[in-house]
Amino acid sequence: MKPELKSATKRIKVFLRFPPGRAGRPVTYHLVKDFDLKINILRAEVSVNKGELVLDIEGRSEDIEGAARFCGEEGVEFHTIDNAVEWNRDRCVHCGACTAVCPSGALSLDRRDWSLVFSAADCYACNVCLKACPVRALSPGFDGDPIAATD
Amino acid sequence: MSVKTFEEINEKIRSKKAVVVTAEEIIGIVEEKGAAEAAKQVDVVTTATFGPMCSSGAFLNFGHADPPIRMNYIRLNDVPASGGLAAVDTYIGATEASETRGMEYGGAHVIEDLIAGKKVHLRATSYGTDCYPRTEIDTFITKDSINEAYLYNPRNAYQNYAAATNGSDRTIYTYMGVLLPRFRNVTYSTAGELSPLLNDPYLRTIGIGTRIFLGGAQGYVTWNGTQHNPSRLRSENGVPMQNAATLAVAGDLKQMSTRYIRAATFEKYGVSMFVGIGIPIPILDEEMLRYVSVRNRDIYTFIYDYSIPSRSRPPLTKVSYEELQSGTVRLNDRDVPTAPLSSLRVAREIAGVLKEWIAAGQFLLTQPVAPLPSTASPKGLDVVGGDER
Ligand code: SF4
Ligand code: SF4
Repeated sequence: MKPELKSATKRIKVFLRFPPGRAGRPVTYHLVKDFDLKINILRAEVSVNKGELVLDIEGRSEDIEGAARFCGEEGVEFHTIDNAVEWNRDRCVHCGACTAVCPSGALSLDRRDWSLVFSAADCYACNVCLKACPVRALSPGFDGDPIAATD
Repeated sequence: MSVKTFEEINEKIRSKKAVVVTAEEIIGIVEEKGAAEAAKQVDVVTTATFGPMCSSGAFLNFGHADPPIRMNYIRLNDVPASGGLAAVDTYIGATEASETRGMEYGGAHVIEDLIAGKKVHLRATSYGTDCYPRTEIDTFITKDSINEAYLYNPRNAYQNYAAATNGSDRTIYTYMGVLLPRFRNVTYSTAGELSPLLNDPYLRTIGIGTRIFLGGAQGYVTWNGTQHNPSRLRSENGVPMQNAATLAVAGDLKQMSTRYIRAATFEKYGVSMFVGIGIPIPILDEEMLRYVSVRNRDIYTFIYDYSIPSRSRPPLTKVSYEELQSGTVRLNDRDVPTAPLSSLRVAREIAGVLKEWIAAGQFLLTQPVAPLPSTASPKGLDVVGGDER
């Protein structure tokens, strides 16, 4: 690996799954403090049986790798998310119904040809679009249980 | 003023000399050449729409089993279909929900699966008669294994439609999509200047027998649609500003494509079906040319608050399709984002396909055998006792 790439900062989305009983551990605290990551919590679901977090993190590559190792040692699954939402282009009819609810603007219509555009980088992983799509062309892009859309 | 007849236009189509453009393209042509010249040069303008149309469904005839059955309880992939027709005829309504999967799968999905050539599970029972002794059947059908399969949609292609918003403080789930609380979005469902009936506001050229593009095949206008109401408020250009005329249409399901017929589920509302319709409009004279060159900025609709649970909810404001398509509308002194529910991209594709069919001489125009009603006044349904009226 080229050394200059190692210190480049990147911004990615990750999905953390805590095993039963571990949800209370201050993992995000360590991610910020020990690995100097900028963290934005996109989604959090914690219950007796499980804990799930979707985070937007920004930091140096080696710190992100370190954070992933740290999570592993803590017994917390650490998955990077390329696409919070999987968009099935063959199924999509470009109606635009999903754009009515997308809070981030990640889903939008290109007003020249009225095609749907999905910008994964802008997505908050909020999942409200999944059920707004009448032809079910949108599905969760990773295997966290989707949190039901609420008001 | 140039005057062409259907027959003259068809002559040109047969000899592949007809000039055909879409209802969007005609706008630029009129700007450039003027209405009189454009009316002379252009023979046909194609219009289209691809949106959710709940009042849709299909008639099917299964053929007779041996021994035969007079089906009265019919399920297709667990979706109830009508047992109220002859022995092996049925009607499957698009919005009917599955008994096992609820609104995630319904009549529209059965129709889409049939079009796709998939096997569909047929279960039926009967009380058995002397001439139809069989009392149950459990088998699989495809569109090729059965006799007729034709779409018959009692109300499609609404001429204009109200736009929707939500003034309550909770999200509501409607056939106009998910409406966010406190007026945070507006949805609409019309192709605007490309939409069929907005381009022939008085239905001069569209009537019973009009050949159309339906779901990827050639279909026909068979009747006025239910709730057909041409007596609605119109703007100066004659274009209705409210839900007005509607069409009943039919066509051969076996020749359709899932690209233009697509099952839909509106969350917490139910099943619906995207239906692709294209209608060619003959430019008989300058008046027709003026109608088809209508622009989004001259087509209006009203925005309603769908959280008000009354059939007489008051309109909030009047907007043009230019405003709706721009992405935001002004509502209560705020810019509110808009989103369509009908696909303009697919509608454009349909208008283009129909244009090619006509230009290639494969699709002739039909003069209506009878006009659709030019006045109407749909009734509400009042709750009355059995001895009243
Ligand atoms: S998950 Fe949320 S932010 Fe991402 S595309 Fe869907 S609605 Fe938009
Ligand atoms: S709602 Fe579904 S079909 Fe419509 S544009 Fe969005 S992803 Fe495509």
